[in-house]
Amino acid sequence: MPTASISSTQVCAHRSKALSRKVLASLAVSTLSLAIAAPALAQEDPIKVGILHSLSGTMAISESTLKDTMLMLIEQQNEAGGLLGRELEPVVVDPASNWPLFAEKARELLAQEEVDVIFGNWTSVSRKSVLPVVEELNGLLFYPVQYEGEESSENVFYTGAAPNQQAIPAVDYLMNEVGVERWVLAGTDYVYPRTTNKILEAYLKSQGVADEDIMVNYTPFGHSDWQNIVSEIKQFGGAGKKTAVVSTINGDANVPFYRELANQGVEASDIPVVAFSVGEQELSGLDTAPLVGHLAAWNYFMSVDEDVNYDFIDAWYDYTGDDNAVTNDPMEAHYIGFNMWAEAVRKAETTDVDAVKEAIIGVSVPNLTGGYATMMPNHHITKPVLIGEIQDNGQFSVVWQTPSTVAGDAWSDYLEGSRDLISDWRAPLECGNYNVVQGSCGGGSDVASSE
Amino acid sequence: MPSSRLWLARPFGERSTLIFLAVLGATMALVVAANLLLAPEHPLHVSTYTVTLLGKYLCYALLAVAVDLVWGYLGILSLGHGAFFALGGYAMGMYLMRQIGDRGVYGDPLLPDFMVFLDWDSLPWYWLGFDMAGFAFVMVLLAPGLLALVFGFLAFRSRVTGVYLSIITQALTFALMLAFFRNEMGFGGNNGLTDFKELLGFDLSADATRLGLFIASGVALALGFLLCRAIVVSKLGRVCVAVRDAESRTRFLGYRVERYQQFVFVVSAMLAGVAGALYVPQVGIINPSEFSPLFSIEVVVWVALGGRATLYGAVIGALAVNYAKSVFTGVMPEAWLFALGALFVLVTVLLPQGIAGLLSRSRQQGSDDDSDTQPDTPTDTLDATPREATP
Amino acid sequence: MNSIAGRHWLSALVLLCLVALGLGQAWAQDAGASEAASSDQGPALLSALAESSFRDKEAAIDAIAESGDERARRWLESFAEGKLARVKDSGAIVVVLENRGRNWPVADALTLEPAGEISRRELDRVSINNSLRGYLDSTLALIDLRVDDPAQRLAAARDLLGEVEAEAVDSLSELAAAESDPEVAATLEQAIAIARVEQGDVAAVEALSGSLNGQARAALMQASRSDDVALAEAAQAALAESEQALKLNRAAETLYFGLSLGSVLVLAAIGLAITFGVMGVINMAHGELIMLGAYTTWAMQQLLPGQPGLALLLAIPAGFLVAALVGVAIERGVIQFLKGRPLETLLATFGVSLILQQLVRTLISPLNRTVVTPEWMSGSLVINEALSLTLNRLYVLGFAILVFAALMLVMRRTRLGLEVRAVTQNRAMARSMGIRATRVDILTFALGSGVAGLAGVALSQLTNVGPNLGQNYIIDSFMVVVFGGVGNLWGTLVAGLSLGVINQVLEPWAGAVLAKILVLVFIILFIQKRPRGLFPQKGRAAEG
Repeated sequence: MPTASISSTQVCAHRSKALSRKVLASLAVSTLSLAIAAPALAQEDPIKVGILHSLSGTMAISESTLKDTMLMLIEQQNEAGGLLGRELEPVVVDPASNWPLFAEKARELLAQEEVDVIFGNWTSVSRKSVLPVVEELNGLLFYPVQYEGEESSENVFYTGAAPNQQAIPAVDYLMNEVGVERWVLAGTDYVYPRTTNKILEAYLKSQGVADEDIMVNYTPFGHSDWQNIVSEIKQFGGAGKKTAVVSTINGDANVPFYRELANQGVEASDIPVVAFSVGEQELSGLDTAPLVGHLAAWNYFMSVDEDVNYDFIDAWYDYTGDDNAVTNDPMEAHYIGFNMWAEAVRKAETTDVDAVKEAIIGVSVPNLTGGYATMMPNHHITKPVLIGEIQDNGQFSVVWQTPSTVAGDAWSDYLEGSRDLISDWRAPLECGNYNVVQGSCGGGSDVASSE
Repeated sequence: MPSSRLWLARPFGERSTLIFLAVLGATMALVVAANLLLAPEHPLHVSTYTVTLLGKYLCYALLAVAVDLVWGYLGILSLGHGAFFALGGYAMGMYLMRQIGDRGVYGDPLLPDFMVFLDWDSLPWYWLGFDMAGFAFVMVLLAPGLLALVFGFLAFRSRVTGVYLSIITQALTFALMLAFFRNEMGFGGNNGLTDFKELLGFDLSADATRLGLFIASGVALALGFLLCRAIVVSKLGRVCVAVRDAESRTRFLGYRVERYQQFVFVVSAMLAGVAGALYVPQVGIINPSEFSPLFSIEVVVWVALGGRATLYGAVIGALAVNYAKSVFTGVMPEAWLFALGALFVLVTVLLPQGIAGLLSRSRQQGSDDDSDTQPDTPTDTLDATPREATP
Repeated sequence: MNSIAGRHWLSALVLLCLVALGLGQAWAQDAGASEAASSDQGPALLSALAESSFRDKEAAIDAIAESGDERARRWLESFAEGKLARVKDSGAIVVVLENRGRNWPVADALTLEPAGEISRRELDRVSINNSLRGYLDSTLALIDLRVDDPAQRLAAARDLLGEVEAEAVDSLSELAAAESDPEVAATLEQAIAIARVEQGDVAAVEALSGSLNGQARAALMQASRSDDVALAEAAQAALAESEQALKLNRAAETLYFGLSLGSVLVLAAIGLAITFGVMGVINMAHGELIMLGAYTTWAMQQLLPGQPGLALLLAIPAGFLVAALVGVAIERGVIQFLKGRPLETLLATFGVSLILQQLVRTLISPLNRTVVTPEWMSGSLVINEALSLTLNRLYVLGFAILVFAALMLVMRRTRLGLEVRAVTQNRAMARSMGIRATRVDILTFALGSGVAGLAGVALSQLTNVGPNLGQNYIIDSFMVVVFGGVGNLWGTLVAGLSLGVINQVLEPWAGAVLAKILVLVFIILFIQKRPRGLFPQKGRAAEG
């Protein structure tokens, strides 16, 4: 069995810009790289950056732009002289939206390619699949997407939002500024919406919202027939109290959902929908004219009026060769994550994983909204929370913003099991699930400590 | 019917089986040796990463053998064998989940993490017993077996055949996928089961355990292959082939067709379950996407590619496609689907008997072989309007 | 003037005028504009709008609305669309004409003449939010109530339902009394009644009794929770009046939902019913042919910018052609070599589907494409105040029926249909009668593929247009064909529609996921009972 040839599969830098040229280029360059793999390695060795985003399958729609973002950032870094005087080399693999394949590819990146850092993943399940591998092989993973929290790994850095950096401020805004009293929590049936809604339910009840004023609804992935649910939402909203929909509906299902909203005449002024998974990229598949005024909560919007943001967008236009390309929140997360990692490498003067892990805590880099992001000891970062309303050009206009940045919570204060847990990866604690009540590491429910 | 001992031993008389077992055994021995004896710097050293990868392929190969048994020899094109594979995987996953014990992030000694943060206060009844390895391993066989039994009982008794059967097997796995996606089901929803620590007390991240699992997968494949071969060459197998080629006529001859179908279908489902159970600890996750109909179709594609109704062809197909996938997704991440798609098209058009057909043809040219090892060339029974069947 | 200081205004309007006056003069000098501009209050009004906080913008809106300036409406509309912006350096207010890309074409807000392009970095958008937009809507509606066109007055009156402020009730009552159009008057009366009920007026409850209008019911529901017992009871009684009618309407709505979902299933499956049911070819690339139809719609809209409706109509023949041509290519390139081996076709077309998907991803984009819904397909058809049918789905339903009828005509009334049926029943016999079976194969496959393309055109109005579009429909399509009975177009129609209705009836009760699972289990059990579907093929050819 030809096993040795896997290890020689050198993956190359993709610098092709035009979309149509990508395949040709990747074919040509990969053939080339097969031939020159050995000499290339023999020269001074570059810093390898693994990119683990699906380029095919259902998640390609979201993840492929993140791959391009990473390639652009690496290219920019190389033009600026690389890092520690060494060239950066991207290693792209395709986990094909297949969760076991994510683990396998992560192992390939770490064990075969020996990359120094991985930027990747979108879905929670893919992160969960990769997590044991990254921990076992002591890699570094930067995860750029908003997620459900309830996790803290020594080897993972969460540059997307935790629920307290997105969901709770958004609900606060609706409650205080819009005067919403009745809530529909609609989401796709997977762990992120489940957990977020659980947290929101607990939060809303703590704010005095009655049970009958909360409606929870779950739909399968890629749900395309929203007639009944939108009709139910209309009914629920017709009870004489200001109603809002908090949507954790995932990716593809949003387009038919919003279309149905528009066609059944649910307007933002009657029943606003605030979404946590709908960004500029999701809207780019949609005619937004009927959706003006519906909301989204993120830590970044493309429309943010800051020069640093315009610079990033212009670079992205140039890189994609498309002046209609959009940027979104996870791209900003990669921008922050990449710069943090680069800063930490400079600080540690090495790409050694343990040194970088130690150096990165406390590192501050500019974000794209005119402020700074800092890596916290729990491997989450500080972010501002922005509420934006959909415009007719597929962009959001910011209508509200937290006065300062919010630090991400690994463990929610509103969930039974995680209330007492904190995460702090600095010495001497070095624990991802420290129970402050029992003063022990390892989650620590009552029975566990008695054993 | 000859006595059971003889019945199981019969495949050893076949040259093709012996060759297959020899090749499998030799390759495995080489891989193990190259992993253990050669230094990591040695160019021929096989890393543990590769060993695990190969272990995964072997599980897929066993699944392909199970599909070939019902498709190649019984004429049932199952587009839902992924369901049995996943059920076996889930049974193993549940055992591995229980083995985590209080090492989960919340440190709950009884409940898996996903139940803790969804506020479940007790273990659902169907999770009971999975802390015992023996029970779990029995369930690996029983869960897919029972599903196949019930499904087969309904389907074969009412003589659902051909394309209708294929489509409802697809409906079955699709329905199960949707069901397992539901978080209320208590199987972890979309995230599935993951973060396993140990199996039978062995640390799953240890190299030795990985090697052990690889060997176990190889042994399971060998045994599964032997069992299928034994079924195929027995009288039972001959009846199956008769059912495949002319179901009505076999029935008129007095055979209780549905019983044969039922038996072989259940055996095949159990084999798929075993494959799933060995697969899960090696890839480290089981989630509902294994139930996806596309995966099941892909398995059929492996079998067709390798050569239907040969069993060893299924193994070759599974290994070849998955190896190609592993390489292509790394070498040309944006174009590998073109390569894979083109492979399927070209092989079906140019190699109707699959790779096995190519092998046997070249062998036939070389020397006259005994007819026993020739792949049986099945006629299609899936045709919606089977003109061939009308006399 | 900044937003914080703005909060301390005692009388927003008075101060605003004072400040506006000052600013207006300053601006006029600054710009050195013509003598007409010096008396122009426009700059002041707009700057006030641009610079005040969300809280104070209502006052600025009022000032503009009451200014009597003929450009007021245009300003407010631009503001509502979020198109007003202030140039950072000069402070001049402009209307953004197109807000995509790096540089935006703008028009001067005062002259409304195009003023070239400005980098988006130089612009400060005048932001707006939902509550302001609502406020603007009712402000504009109040203006519109005085126009001559009764249709526009009616629309304005409808906008006012549930939006009437307490202070406006009296002036509205006068308007309603003077209103000549009875429908407008009735709507206004209702709007007033809603406002009165919201204020706790028991007498007004009577006027809303039995109303199916959502706003009216909302007001009644709110009243029914009131502490005032008399009001609460009256409101409950008024609500009960409409309960029965509401139930009927909901049942009708569910049926419509079901038929609509069913029509989508029928459209997706009917092409398969031809290639798979009639020809016996299992085409796994069927979903991708649907996808190509949807992408054709997108491409047509790209070719004809600004005319989404025309593009959509043209996409119907174009989508059919594109999918049919690709279908022929698949037939000639792959399937013809696999005659009589349907399982191998399954395998090969699965490969084709992978290639087509990735082709779209590479050549066009892995991202979803925007397909615009034309004006005449947006919104809904109002049957009564509790029941309205979404137009896009209504069109798709009609389209599905049309396609089905056309297909039936082709199969029953044309030479091709006759030949197809002949070849299906007995290929050898048909050939010996002089029918060129190969040609029939090609045409049938083209027909089935083309219909898949039509499905894609229709689906582009309902769901994502992206590379995965086809995958989402292939399994459902197979289910529908098999449930209906392979080789029977009527079966496909009945199966699609009934599965749609079953699904939608189950959904409110079981939830979307469980409903889908139940439908699948139902199909599995049904096939056990009737192994050849709803309408089994009869005759010799059907015997296995």
